[in-house]
Amino acid sequence: MKQTAFTDKLVIVFAYTILSLLGLSSLLPLMQVITLSMSPSEVINSYSFHFIPLKFDFKGYATVLANENLWRAYGNTLLRTALGVSLTIVLTFCAAYPLTKKDLPHRTFWTAFVVLTMFFSGGLIPLYLLIKSLGLMDSIWALVLPPAINTFMVMVVRNFIAELPESLEESAKIDGANDIVILFRIVIPLSLPIIATVGLYSGVYHWNAWFDSMIYIQDGKKHVLQFVLRKIILLGNTAEFEMTGQNQNVTDVESIKMATLVVSIIPLLLVYPFLQKYFVKGSLMGAVKG
Amino acid sequence: MKKLNVTYSNANRVESTRGARSRKDGILRRYMNKKYLFIMFLPVFLYYFIFHYAPMYGVMIAFKDYQFLQGAFRSPWVGFAHFNELFHTEYFWTVLKNTLIINGYKLLFGFPAPIAMALLLNEVMQPVFKKVVQTISYIPHFLSWVVLSGLVIEFLSPSRGPINMVITLLGGEPIFFVADENWFRSILVATEIWKHVGFNTIIYLAAIAGINPEMYEAAKVDGISRLQAMRYITLPSIAPVIIIMLILSSGSIINDDFEQVFNLLNVKVMDVGDVLSTYTYSEGLVRMNYSYAAAVGLFKNVVALAIVLTVNAIARRIRKDSAIF
Repeated sequence: MKQTAFTDKLVIVFAYTILSLLGLSSLLPLMQVITLSMSPSEVINSYSFHFIPLKFDFKGYATVLANENLWRAYGNTLLRTALGVSLTIVLTFCAAYPLTKKDLPHRTFWTAFVVLTMFFSGGLIPLYLLIKSLGLMDSIWALVLPPAINTFMVMVVRNFIAELPESLEESAKIDGANDIVILFRIVIPLSLPIIATVGLYSGVYHWNAWFDSMIYIQDGKKHVLQFVLRKIILLGNTAEFEMTGQNQNVTDVESIKMATLVVSIIPLLLVYPFLQKYFVKGSLMGAVKG
Repeated sequence: MKKLNVTYSNANRVESTRGARSRKDGILRRYMNKKYLFIMFLPVFLYYFIFHYAPMYGVMIAFKDYQFLQGAFRSPWVGFAHFNELFHTEYFWTVLKNTLIINGYKLLFGFPAPIAMALLLNEVMQPVFKKVVQTISYIPHFLSWVVLSGLVIEFLSPSRGPINMVITLLGGEPIFFVADENWFRSILVATEIWKHVGFNTIIYLAAIAGINPEMYEAAKVDGISRLQAMRYITLPSIAPVIIIMLILSSGSIINDDFEQVFNLLNVKVMDVGDVLSTYTYSEGLVRMNYSYAAAVGLFKNVVALAIVLTVNAIARRIRKDSAIF
């Protein structure tokens, strides 16, 4: 009995230690970048842990915030996210709602038609050639149409709608409502938590996407934030900033990089508390019933 | 043919005296009754048809010599020539090997990691600590690989990074981790786990929350230790969820995380880090070998599908309720 109590304590100590380390491993790199972004160059270039800013220098931010290209990219991302999310929500419901109806003709076939795409796809090259031949190159539609429906989400939403009480819809039907009216007046208002989930998943997807912007968009003015960010951070391409006429040296490049990084994640950190709550709920809906 | 006709008309006669025409009307009427549902479904149908089924048809260029001016339809057929070329290209085998090694380790360490983390979180009694750890560990999941690669490169930097600072303090030489062939795969594996481990615990925590607490209470009366409770109650109770997750992630052994690898990859580590998806990209969209790249992509998709189906079949044989189809 005593032996058990001892191992139990050991387990608890172990759990707290490992989990603390895990938490720190997510937090520290972020703190490092935030600190570096507001530090003068001699701090940036010194070997050290930079988790709390001690000396301040906002030159990096000044350069970034004065840069027109970055603001345009920000705007493009916002537009893309807004358009993409609305399209996704509407289409996801248009797919999920009919599939919940047991008397839908050939329901099994239509479900299979949707679900099959989860397990097989044409791949990158055929999709690229398709977008090209549809004439969608250089257009925002190339970014929002291909990922407009996530099949896994359709299944989650379908399961959610199927759980709603049937009597509500029946009474609406007696009052003469058709399926489209029922969807908008009854099903959608009852589905707000799942709409938030679908919206958040698709919002994060569009906010973070850059590869499609890289391959489908040639016009520099139409590129999204993450793509511009990638050029600056990973390829060290700060040529865009040099046009602002400031004297550049190597260390400034580093503080610009870090400041750009922070600027791009600020919106996410702002909505994060809200985001997290819904994401957890939404993922559970998928997990428990899916 | 004649026999078939006879059976058909016989069946008709048995089923209805109005003949085949009205049967067709029947289907039409069934669809007309649900016309609003199908009006709703129409854009969805078009979406799947254009963006999923049309590209599937497009895989035929893997069997053709795709000529840009002639398009997918009029380009000449070459049969399995591209696949032949593929299997005789030494670099393809390097890429395939990299893919299997990197994703194998990701699966080996990355799959149990969130399960272990959920079990540990379950041992934590203080709700505040639990909540803080969860909230923080979800953050990387929401950041793009562009941002995370920036973080990783900064953190591992040979001239500024804290990791190398520790190494030099201990008397070692700074290591340029992301450009070192010996370290590159480990970095891919570690950062992949780091990004997803916290968020992936959600599903297991939900499964643990569904376990009947009476089981723990009864076990406690019997003097069972925390470790034994984990081993004999928690793990078996969440086993079905674990198996479903394993089936879903089994295809990832060949489907690599393009965004991660692409953002961290550099010329120094191509030989150990180039994987199927980055290879498809550079062959297809950079060098414009469309047909060859489509063949690589098709190979990858077919293997992934085969793996998922196989693992699912095995799961069904072991536990009927665990298979997903």
